[in-house]
Amino acid sequence: MGLQLTVTVNGKQHSQEVEPRTLLVHYLRDVLRLTGTHIGCDTSNCGACTVLMNGKAVKSCTLLALQAEGAEITTIEGLAQNGELHPLQEGFKENHGLQCGFCTPGMIMTSVQLLDDNPNPSEAEIRHGLEGNYCRCTGYHNIVKSIQYAADAMRKEGTNV
Amino acid sequence: MSSFIGKSIKRVEDKRFITGKGRYTDDIVLPGMVYAQIVRSPYAHAKIVSIDKSSVESMEGVVAVYTGQDVAESGVGGVPAGWQVDFKNGDTMKEPPHPLLVADKARYMGDAVAVVIAESRELAKDAADLLEVEYDELDAVVDAAKAVEEGVPLVHDDAPKNMCFDWEIGDKTATDAAMASAHHITTLDFVNQRVIPNAIEPRAVIGHFDPANDKYTLYTSSQNPHLIRLLLCAFVLGLPEHKVRVVSPDVGGGFGSKIFHYAEEALMIWCSQRLGIPIKWIAERSESFMTDAHGRDHVSKAEMGFDAEGNVVGLRIKTFANLGAYLSTFAPAVPTYLHGTLLQGLYTTPAIHLDLVGSFTHTTPVDAYRGAGRPEATYLLERLMDTAALEMGVDPAELRFKNFIPPFDGVNEPGYQTQVALQYDSGNYAPVLQRALEMVGYEDFRAEQAAAREQGRYLGIGFSTYIEACGIAPSAVVGSLGARAGLYESAQVRVQPTGKVSVYTGSHSHGQGHETTFAQVVADRLGIDIADVEIVHGDSESVAFGMGTYGSRSLAVGGSAIVKSVDKVLEKGAKIAAHLLEAAEDDLEYANGSWTVKGTDKSVGFGDVSLTAYVPHNYPEGLEPGMDFSSFYDPTNFTYPFGAHIAIVEIDTDTGKVTLKRFIACDDVGNVINPMIVDGQIHGGIAQGVGQAMFEGAIYDENGQLTNGSYMDYTMPRADDLPSFEIDRTVTPCPHNPLGVKGAGEAGTIGSTPAVVNAVMDALSPLGIKDITMPLTSERVWKAMQG
Repeated sequence: MGLQLTVTVNGKQHSQEVEPRTLLVHYLRDVLRLTGTHIGCDTSNCGACTVLMNGKAVKSCTLLALQAEGAEITTIEGLAQNGELHPLQEGFKENHGLQCGFCTPGMIMTSVQLLDDNPNPSEAEIRHGLEGNYCRCTGYHNIVKSIQYAADAMRKEGTNV
Repeated sequence: MSSFIGKSIKRVEDKRFITGKGRYTDDIVLPGMVYAQIVRSPYAHAKIVSIDKSSVESMEGVVAVYTGQDVAESGVGGVPAGWQVDFKNGDTMKEPPHPLLVADKARYMGDAVAVVIAESRELAKDAADLLEVEYDELDAVVDAAKAVEEGVPLVHDDAPKNMCFDWEIGDKTATDAAMASAHHITTLDFVNQRVIPNAIEPRAVIGHFDPANDKYTLYTSSQNPHLIRLLLCAFVLGLPEHKVRVVSPDVGGGFGSKIFHYAEEALMIWCSQRLGIPIKWIAERSESFMTDAHGRDHVSKAEMGFDAEGNVVGLRIKTFANLGAYLSTFAPAVPTYLHGTLLQGLYTTPAIHLDLVGSFTHTTPVDAYRGAGRPEATYLLERLMDTAALEMGVDPAELRFKNFIPPFDGVNEPGYQTQVALQYDSGNYAPVLQRALEMVGYEDFRAEQAAAREQGRYLGIGFSTYIEACGIAPSAVVGSLGARAGLYESAQVRVQPTGKVSVYTGSHSHGQGHETTFAQVVADRLGIDIADVEIVHGDSESVAFGMGTYGSRSLAVGGSAIVKSVDKVLEKGAKIAAHLLEAAEDDLEYANGSWTVKGTDKSVGFGDVSLTAYVPHNYPEGLEPGMDFSSFYDPTNFTYPFGAHIAIVEIDTDTGKVTLKRFIACDDVGNVINPMIVDGQIHGGIAQGVGQAMFEGAIYDENGQLTNGSYMDYTMPRADDLPSFEIDRTVTPCPHNPLGVKGAGEAGTIGSTPAVVNAVMDALSPLGIKDITMPLTSERVWKAMQG
């Protein structure tokens, strides 16, 4: 019943059979045991499952695993490099951008693309960019600050992921 | 010396969350685990005619199918209510059975009728979809007031007129007399709509009975693991409590909805008892919408009477509170003791009366949701205040200043005795409103508003000054009011031989940052590094007991229990230090982690004393070795945070869209341990309160169908719906707990809702619009503007 899937996740190539109806999020969580990517809804509205596919933020509950054939996926587990937190991870920690932590991986992965597209966003642009992600704890106030913090840090470092 | 208290220490728990290493219930996979899917009634009220288990039992991968009949035949009853409210005539409230799976009738859309267990989540879902259940649909009632009319369908045969209880508080005779003599009466009809909590982590349960060891383990996304264990063992399944471990690992938000003992928790254990393997159930979001306890849902008529000078002379309210189809754990307490007792607000109102009916309907059970009763009370009071100000032509801020209770510190001046049973602990109410007015720039705003109106733009400002009862709660008090549990908290402080400290708390953190705040309290009091303190919570095997987290109680009650244990450590440490220093205990002082003989340089450190306690070679005679203390803290009163919230909105006249332009809050939550975390609690609370005012609301049709049970249909605030918040605080310490803290978790939600609605009404006041029922969607506002 399974079909062959080859996909690179956090820099490591995986190749195995998966059931065709398997969602990308279930593949990441159940097969690869990368449980940092969360499931908060069943309608692709909450954004907790957001990962990067070929550098673009996607909701991994909205893709079949097989649609990721040949793709490079980055999950929250793969964001820190060589033990160094990504500036967005730093930003969320420094600015209390998370409380329960459940929406956080999706928020951070969404923000990676947000800052990739626009390294110097206004508050309104950040808020607009987070439209696809629900947070029920923070009222978004400190999430906005976290992203501003990361944007500043990344511009200073001259790095952008 | 204070090294950590009052500082915005970055959270120690964040590291795992920002790297994807949090461990929530759905992240846990146990060997041999199978998956459960619950079959739920698509009807709000229906007789279960038949269930054909054979339709799926033989499917490959299906492990078992159980129905309500199976549960009933095993002799298991249902999940209990944790609070009893009596009728006015003294009769006990109606408490119909709340079975794990229903056998006879479904009583709300989502009521559980069967469970299918299979080797994978997908197979379980496939099989559940195929299970043949024949229903006979019956008429339903969904409205709390309509439910108690004659001739409507009954939810439970043994609850006539669908009444769970009727109840009153306050002095009816005095209130009627006060209202009869009032110079002006403001009257409003209220619908405090039903909202759905929507923690982003759906509820999740793993039940595991291990027959080899006769041990039960329950993983559950709960705010309240020990209470779940107690209810499970003592009231539902009759399990031996010492053989049951309940773990609430990382929990992705609760907001009240994860306080309660849900049937799925008992059901997964019951199923595992039969199968001897671990079983996981994870709610899908649509299932959470249907089955997480909902919040609010009051229908009220409220009148506030004033004398000619604008003093409030009386408050009279009639409320119907919707309890849903069954009593959830704390449901009876919410509209009564957490609502009626808060109707004094911040005002000197001399006569108050609430008449309330709690009714059953064919809807999801309703229970505590962030604020729980206190937002409903505050909404009544604060909408009445702004409406009265408009009607009487006085400034809404001035009307509040005139009616505020004068300051009292609860130490030199006594607490304030309300007309509705509570005694406020300490309060100084005018400064929070004064500060909020400064922050908003009130006079400038009124000028801007007038200029905008000239241009046809509708700006509005709304006020809300609230009080809440938190730090829940003195056991003897709540016991006399019907609670079936004590509401103390426990804490164990275990000093390791090397002077590192493990703290086991019965509070549970699901976003509140206890691992940081509690460590600050302990490190500060012991004068040691915060990195040397570890906070452990959420596992009944390591934490002796706990009453969980809700009612803004963790720091006020759980933190106080920790302080008690730390003080016991210091007391014993002083005995050991005195022995080592060959000095009298009275001659010692403790600072910066060392005992010093006063006036000398002779001292011994906390680490050396800890080591001595475990290596007691040179040791005080008669003193036990070790350094490990447990405490229970039972508060003597509730705590009473308060504050002033101001919203500024603009209405789009073409579409009715409300834009929240600014939100200002000045709160007083007593002393603050970690300002960053407290601010975060306020932010999140405001967002949820704004959500109720502007966006959220469960919509049931007349057949009891929840018509907006998904994120496609139920609207919560997104980032671009909200401004950044402008917040500040005053500090009026709590006089009766050792930290002087009052609690911050619910303040934002309680204060913000009426401020937003008042702002919209202020904006629309030139059109003569007095009230619009929440949520203030574009459609509702636009319709109101069309007259």
